[in-house]
Amino acid sequence: MTTTPRIVEVRQNVLKHNDEVAHALRSRFQEAGVFVVSLVSSPGSGKTTFLERALTMLRQQCRPAALVGDLATDNDAQRLARSQTPVKQITTGSLCHLEAAMVDRTLEGWDLKELDILLIENVGNLVCPASYDLGEDLRLVLLSVTEGEDKPLKYPTIFNSADVAIITKMDLAEVVEFDRAAARANIEAVRPGIQVFELSAKTGQGMDELLAYLQEKSAVRSPAS
Amino acid sequence: MHELSIALSILDMVDEEAQRRGDVGIEAIHLKLGLLSGVVKEALLSAYELASEQTRFAACPLVIEDVPVSVYCSNCNAERSIRSVQCFCCVECGMPASEVVHGLELQIWALELAE
Repeated sequence: MTTTPRIVEVRQNVLKHNDEVAHALRSRFQEAGVFVVSLVSSPGSGKTTFLERALTMLRQQCRPAALVGDLATDNDAQRLARSQTPVKQITTGSLCHLEAAMVDRTLEGWDLKELDILLIENVGNLVCPASYDLGEDLRLVLLSVTEGEDKPLKYPTIFNSADVAIITKMDLAEVVEFDRAAARANIEAVRPGIQVFELSAKTGQGMDELLAYLQEKSAVRSPAS
Repeated sequence: MHELSIALSILDMVDEEAQRRGDVGIEAIHLKLGLLSGVVKEALLSAYELASEQTRFAACPLVIEDVPVSVYCSNCNAERSIRSVQCFCCVECGMPASEVVHGLELQIWALELAE
């Protein structure tokens, strides 16, 4: 007996479960008045050093907290605890990216109303994190001067998915003969109009400008109630 | 490499859909895959083959339709293709454009059911 296939349209997003959890998280964040910023980059581009400096500086002005994702160890959480802000580690096991449900689970026990800004450090990876919404307000992509100016062209998807690009380790720019104009042109090519910041978390250069920008964005999203 | 978890999600969702329709047989799964989805077609196909082994979908092909990137060009006031993913510029007028209209798809758009 032969069968005739019948085509039915279903139009279901494969990541719909993640999108639903992210959507619910975003509503919770808005309700609690916490501004959420996620960080993506390749491993070793300086996310943790940036976070350490950012948390210490933000603590002077508001109530920041951070979630840090890694495949293994809680080294980053321990290191960031020195900033005396609430920090939790998300250990993904073998998973190469964070998903909204992991963020949701890890937030258990925190009163979001006690926070003003939450920084979420994704696993160091320039591929997979692009597909997963975490409920954040802004996605920052970091590129360090030691990585090569053409990284945005090699990983256009993640750069295109980001809201802000940050060039890190600017204190090393001269030593590695970093071509600033080329890097900026490449970022602009894959994400026209994106805001770009240059900084060194080690020396603190450029940190003020970026943090002021984040606070300004945060104020726009949640007008004082 | 998150293609295996994507393949497993696809199988779960299709299985659920098949059961919802009275445990109907599925002859093929049609997926739309955007160039900016962050998922690699070849890797997804291998992952799917592995994930569907010894399941009711072992003989059910995953048919992938590539979706190219298109953006909204404010200069042309129209949806346009881009020069390349390394250059988000309107192919018609060359204006930089970052508002993606298509290319992010990762969607099961249709199923072929056995009658």
